[in-house]
This record gives sequence, C-alpha cells and structure tokens, in this order.
Amino acid sequence: MQTIELYKALGLTDFEYEEIRKRIGREPNELETYLFSAMWSEHCGYKHSRKYLSLFPSGGAVSHGENAGGVRIGDHVVVFKVESHNHPSAVEPFQGAATGIGGIVRDILAIGARPVALLDSLKFGKITDNFSKHIFDGVVQGISHYGNCIGVPTVAGEVNFDESYGDSPLVNVMCAGVVHKDKIRSARAESGKIVIAVGSHTGRDGIHGASFASKELNENSKEDRPSVQVGDPFIKKVLIEATLEILALDEVQSCQDFGAAGLLSSSSEMAFKGECGIDLHLDKVHLREEGMQPWEIMLSESQERMLFIVEPEAAGKVLDIAAKYDIPASIIGKTTDSGRYRLFWHGEKAADLPPESLAESVKYTLNEQEPEYINQFRNKKLEETTAVEIAIGKIISNPNFASKKWIYRQYDHTVGTRTVLKPGEAGAAGIWLHEENGVVGLTIDSSPRQVFLNPYEGGRVSIWEACRNLISGGFEPMGMTNCLNYGNPEKDEVAYQFIKSVEGLARACKEAGIPVVSGNVSFYNESPQRRVYPTPSIGIVGYMDSPDKAVKSSFKPDETLILIGKDIDNNSNIGGSLYHRALYDFIGGEIDTVDPQLEESLKQIIFNLRDQKLLGGCIDVSEGGLFGAVFEGIKNGNTGFVGSLINISDKEKALFGEITGRYVISTKEFEKTQEILRSKQIPYRKLGYCRDNKLEFDGYTFDPAQLYYLYDRSIDLEMNE
Amino acid sequence: MKSDIKAGIIVFPGTNCDIDTQRACKFYGWQTEFIWHDEKNLDKYDVIFLPGGFSYGDYIRAGRLAKFSPAVMALKDYVKAKRGFVVGICNGFQVLCETKLLPGILSTNTNTKFICEEVDLCVNHEGFPDTVKFAIAHGEGRYIADEAVLEEIAAKDMIFLRYNDNPNGSALDIAGLYDKANRIIGMMPHPERGVFTETGNTDGRYFFEMLERELNKNLCACKYTACSQGEEY
Repeated sequence: MQTIELYKALGLTDFEYEEIRKRIGREPNELETYLFSAMWSEHCGYKHSRKYLSLFPSGGAVSHGENAGGVRIGDHVVVFKVESHNHPSAVEPFQGAATGIGGIVRDILAIGARPVALLDSLKFGKITDNFSKHIFDGVVQGISHYGNCIGVPTVAGEVNFDESYGDSPLVNVMCAGVVHKDKIRSARAESGKIVIAVGSHTGRDGIHGASFASKELNENSKEDRPSVQVGDPFIKKVLIEATLEILALDEVQSCQDFGAAGLLSSSSEMAFKGECGIDLHLDKVHLREEGMQPWEIMLSESQERMLFIVEPEAAGKVLDIAAKYDIPASIIGKTTDSGRYRLFWHGEKAADLPPESLAESVKYTLNEQEPEYINQFRNKKLEETTAVEIAIGKIISNPNFASKKWIYRQYDHTVGTRTVLKPGEAGAAGIWLHEENGVVGLTIDSSPRQVFLNPYEGGRVSIWEACRNLISGGFEPMGMTNCLNYGNPEKDEVAYQFIKSVEGLARACKEAGIPVVSGNVSFYNESPQRRVYPTPSIGIVGYMDSPDKAVKSSFKPDETLILIGKDIDNNSNIGGSLYHRALYDFIGGEIDTVDPQLEESLKQIIFNLRDQKLLGGCIDVSEGGLFGAVFEGIKNGNTGFVGSLINISDKEKALFGEITGRYVISTKEFEKTQEILRSKQIPYRKLGYCRDNKLEFDGYTFDPAQLYYLYDRSIDLEMNE
Repeated sequence: MKSDIKAGIIVFPGTNCDIDTQRACKFYGWQTEFIWHDEKNLDKYDVIFLPGGFSYGDYIRAGRLAKFSPAVMALKDYVKAKRGFVVGICNGFQVLCETKLLPGILSTNTNTKFICEEVDLCVNHEGFPDTVKFAIAHGEGRYIADEAVLEEIAAKDMIFLRYNDNPNGSALDIAGLYDKANRIIGMMPHPERGVFTETGNTDGRYFFEMLERELNKNLCACKYTACSQGEEY
C-alpha cells in the first residue's frame, strides 16, 4: 500500500499528514506512517485535549509529567494515577477491565513505587438491562481476578447505573503506590545507556489498541475484539517483584511501562523527555509468534512488559534478576547523542525520526459555543411527586444508592495489611502508611449529571464532592488525579462540555489548594444512539498523621445527629439529584454552586471536633440527599433514628435534594458541640437522635430492619436472578 | 523485643501475602527469612510459613503446581524429620492439601465468586476465646473430603477452625486443620491480617501467641537435647 493510502486507512487526516511531512521534511516511509498513526492517535497524542489540560495547577506535585505523579508525605511519596479502559471493557468486559488494572499498575511501578491500593469508578447502563448486567458482572470479575492475584487491595470505588452509559460503559481504574523520595525513577533517558525489554513475549495482541480507543463504538466494534489485550496477573505479580528488584539497582536510570502503543510510545517518550537519541534493533525483541513485521512489534500492546535504561556494565545484573523470576528479557538497543529516534531491522535502518515529532502531536482548538441543550435542560421543571413511603423504598433499592457489598466482597480489600478504613466504612478508604505512621486517604468519585447540566459549575462540584469524601473520613486533601470521559470531541456539544468542565475542575483545584498530579482523557464514548454524560472521574489522595484520627461514617446509639453547612430551602437549586433520575427518569434544572469558603470552614470544624473527641461519625451529604446520609450512618452503626428531616413544603426536595457544602455529624455531647459550632459561626441544624430499632421522622414511621434488608440485598437480588 | 524463633516464609512466583506474614512475625520479634521456591533445605527454621497468594498462577487448581517445587519437596523432609511447625495460610493451606501433608482438598466456593470479608470462627484449641474474627479472601476455599477422611479428621481431633456462618460451602464448616502429631496447621483465614491495631482487628494475635508458646516449648526442647549431647548453648 502506498503510504498516502495507508495514512488514511490508519486514521490520520490530510492535515495531520501534511503536518508530519512538514516536520520531518519528507514523506514518511511505511513503518514511520504506522508510528505516527499510533502516536498521533487521541489516546496517545491527546491532540484534542492537551491545550486545555495545561489549565490544571501542578504546583506541589512530585514527578508531574511522568508515568504518574504524586504528593510528598514525610520521606515518602504517594504516587497515583487513574486511567480508563472503557472501549476494551465494552466488547470484552472481563479482559478489558483486567488489563486496565495491569496498565495502571505498570504506570505506578515505572516510578519505582510499590502499588498499595486500587480503586475503580465504573459506569454502566441500567442494571435491569441484560447487556449492562453482563458487562457489569464481567468487569467486576475481571477486576476481582486480576487485582486479587497481584496482591494489591481494591479498597474503594464508585459505581453508577444510568441509561447514558448503556452503549459505552466506563471503566476507570486508579492505583496508588508508595516510594521513598530518594528512590523515584524518571522516564527520562540519557545517552550512552543500554535499553532492555523485560517481560512477556511480544505478540500480535492489542495492535491498534490506541487507535481503537480513539473512535466511537458501533455495531462493528466486536470486530475490534483482537484489539483487546489479554492479561496474565500471575506474570504481572512476578513482574512487579522483578521490576522493584531491578529498580533497586543504582545503575538503572529509568523505566517505562509498555502501555498504549507499546514499545513505540515507551521508547520514544524516553528519548523525547531525555532529549537524547535512541537506536532500537527490532529483530532483538523476544517475540511470541514468527513473521511479525517491524510495525507490529512497535505497536503491539502485549501485556506485562517493562523497558529499562541501564548503565552498560549493569546489563548483566538486570538479565540475572529477570532470569531468577523466569521472565524473558532482551537487550534491544542503546541511547545515543544523535537526537534521532532510529529503528533497525536485521541491521538495516527502517525508521529515522526526531523524537519530538512523534511525542508532540498536533494540538487542536475546540469549539467553545454553548450548545442549545444546556438551556433546554436547565429550564426543565419536575412536576411529578411521589408519596414519601414509596419514594424511600425506591431510593434505598436503587443500585446507585444501595449497598455495594456485592461488588467489594469480590475484591480482596485487606491484602497488604494496610487497610485502616475498608469499603463502606467511611467516606474514603484509608491505607496505613506505616513508613510514616499516618494514613493515606483515597477516593474516586464523579458528578456526571451535574456536569451535564452545567459543565463549569459541575466540574467544581465534582472536585468538592471528592474532597468532602476525604474530609468526612478525617483526611486533609493533598492531590488530585483524573480520568476525563467524554463523547466525540469533534462534535461541538462535547467540545464545550470538555472545555468548560476542565476549566471548572482547574478552578476548584486551585480553590481547594490541591495540585493535579496526573490524569488521563478518554474521548469517543458514544454510539450513534447514545453519548455518555460528560464524566470526569476524580481521584483525590489525602492524609492524616495518625490512624487514631480516622472518622467512620457510622452513627452510634444515643448520639445526636446534626446537619452542618448549607441547608436546603424552597429556592435551592437541586438539578442533577439522584432522586430525579431514580424516581422520574428526569434530569434538569439548575445545579447548586460551590462556596469554597464554607467548604474550608466545614473542613476545619470537622477536624476540630474530631481532635476534641466530640465527633462520633461523619458523612458528606451527596446522592440520596439528607435522608441518604442519615440512613447510611444509622445503617452502618446498626441503630435507628428519631427526629425531623423535613424543613420545607417540598418533602422530596427536603429529604433527597442534593446541594453542596454539607455534612451530617454525630456526637454524644451535643451541648459542647453546639457551643463550638456557634462560636465558629457554622450553620447547623439539630436533626434528632439515634435510637435502636426505630426510624421515625416528621410523622413517618418505618421498620429499619426491612429497609436495611432492601439496602443490603438489592444488587444481590438483581444479579442472582 | 528479640526472639530466638527463626521463621522461614516460602515464596513461590505468585505468592502475595509474604510481606504481610513477615510483618506479623516481626511484630513478635521473630527472625524471618524469605525462602525462594528453589530452596532445597529448610532445617534452620523453627517454623515454615506457606503464605497466601496464587502460587505459579494457581493454574489447573489452586496450589496444584506448587507441590512440584523444590521447596515443597524439602518441606516433606522437614515434616518427616519433625524439625518444626508448618503453617499454611490460604494458598498455603491449598498447597498443604495438594501435597497430601493435610487431608482433603479446597475447591471453588459454592457461589463461584471470590469472597473477601471478616468472618466469625469457632476455635478448637486452648488459649483462644470462643469466637475469633479473621479475614478471609479466597475463590477456592470450600473444603471437601470423602466421608472416611472426614471421620478420620474428627477422630484425630484435627478440626482447628470452623466457620460460624459458613460462607463457601466447606464440609463440616471446616476453615482450618491442625495435625498435632506432625505439627502442621492449614487454614483459609488470614491471622496475619489481624495483628496490628492500626488495621482494626487484632484477633490474629491469638494465633501467633499460641504458635509462639508452642515454638518456645520446642526451642527449649531443642536446647535441652543439644545440651544433653554436650554442646554449649
């Protein structure tokens, strides 16, 4: 095939091809055209997003711009990142999700950090839909199988079922690792070193995975199934240990994992970041099948492979460690001072490019016009009402609200003996950093309905919602990572959603004083019928300096419950609330906006009450509204509640409406707590008391045991049908 | 806190609870060493741990491939020589059963899913409260054996741990076995995850303290033997 026809077949546009010719001053040959098509795909090149991602503040982040960034805690760095594996999971849920974990774990490993926790943010179509059920079951099993085998606990996550994800499920996986500050490795290469590939044999799987992830799904997507890689967690576990042992050698300079676009992307980024040249001999790469062409070797996304740059005299040591673990390894090239990225095939030069031409793809500017739907949806009004008794039953059994035990029971969440706060116990998971004797808080969350209705303010809501998860657990938020899941950015509506929400996210991070340490973008999450809500998954890491300071989301018998922060009134904007969707399949109205000063003072008061031993439990009020928060707290504490929750005429709004900036706290010493709240001018409302075996408010009476059963069992019953 | 106890922790490719087990042993001041699966002699250790994980990927069946490893061959000699204690946890229990060092086998949980949670266990050994809470985390933890074997286990009083609320379908609610004659303990629950107050549950200490008492008896006996043979100690 002529390269001119080839570039089109590979998804490059005329403009892009022209740009490539301009940059290298000639026509690229066939192999080079393959290289550009992968590196300039959306998945690798971030060509539609790069311009906007520069808005994110990164001050204070450690190893920003590397495979994963982190935050410093004492002499250690907690490295973290979230990544999507949406497209593969849609066609092959088990392997898609499993290899998603494999990929993010390698990113953490490449920094030299031992992975200590996994989290996931999952979005599926309605749970009653058989296709969505199949994807959900497969994804959870994939995560369970892979995460459990490699011995990294899956400690927290979120799952959301909504029609908008019916054709394009989202699977975002976050990994956190710990490394001593002096042991951090970079992906930067220097000249005069040896390049060694360690890990599985390179095969034909996952070729074009990066391009596959850069287009919309349709009825033909199943034909892309060979683009889905197959992972082997056993080899991964061995590779983790071997990599950490190799990185402990002083002579090993840098490390990269083989992710999207495999050997190509890992090696070209090393050369680009290190501003050096690299020569690779592709016939030296250990292969799984015969007859593979150079372009296949470069683009293969076979799993469980790492690339190391080492001092020449240490190459033998690296090969010895690989041999101890029975992992194949080969010396495949060297770094040079030529400034060129060169590939050789049986001694003959097959490609010769400047590394920056590959690493720095074109940057597109997107449309910023506000699309029509925004106003249409904001002006929508909900007219229907439901009796409180019926509404409560529906909310509690809605899979978006109900207990997620069916999921996390399948994940090993205690391996590693670091888990201080387990799934379901608090707003965030807690991982014991025994190296510093503190606890790292971890959360992943999103507010897609709010982002859909108002991308900018919804972006801010998303950040603060995740921060509140940490704060309610007693953690100071430290740093953020994200996975930005959207539809096709070439469409104006999506472009606007993306730009505005990124602006909102960036502003909120500045308001909260947290750097963005790493991130990932996933576009094209749409089918001809449906597009996902704009869904930025937000991962935030926090810290507390002692395990004694952890706060659980459970309320105990005889404690008093108090709502602190904003109170709902008839004028409150509650657009995007779960109950709209769960009871009426409705989405519309204005969303509430965040008040950063109030958020900061709520954080201070929660820590203050905790330190004075006045705080029992704490829950941030989110999906399910005030009722949802009270219900979760008394359920976790295995008690009940007597008091008042309805303060306005619209009962559903009072009970389930979602606004920002509020928590429900419990205390055994109401008078003292009230005094402090008053002195700090924190808005509050006393709600009532915890009473075993009772659930009574505003004239309504429920049997808590019955509601708890419903809450515990609804996903179980749905999945075991 | 320094102890004379020497613990060896066998590490297969795919083992993932080795570091957790080591941290628990170190909490008691025991000297610990990791033993790579190609090791052929285990004589220097007072207790050998087979920790949790997925040895050799658990292909064919959990624990199945590990039995061919040099370290497990050496373990058989270790048991034959009555050198010390053997403790298999989770995948380690599966390996002990596949190796026939303990009777029966462990098969897929009745609900076919991996189960991770804390469970209440009834302990058949002195020095424990009636019920302890240990973490379980396994996909293949359903203990099965034929009638004759189950009768023999009961007759020899080998049932060490029983589930109060059987999560995986194990016969006779068996969660762990203790062959006192050969000093071999195997169990699906993870006592090493229940040692530190920071992670909430410390019931695992009952197990390690029981083991420490037994090992100290053993150490004394060894020293006594050594002494009686005229060696200094």
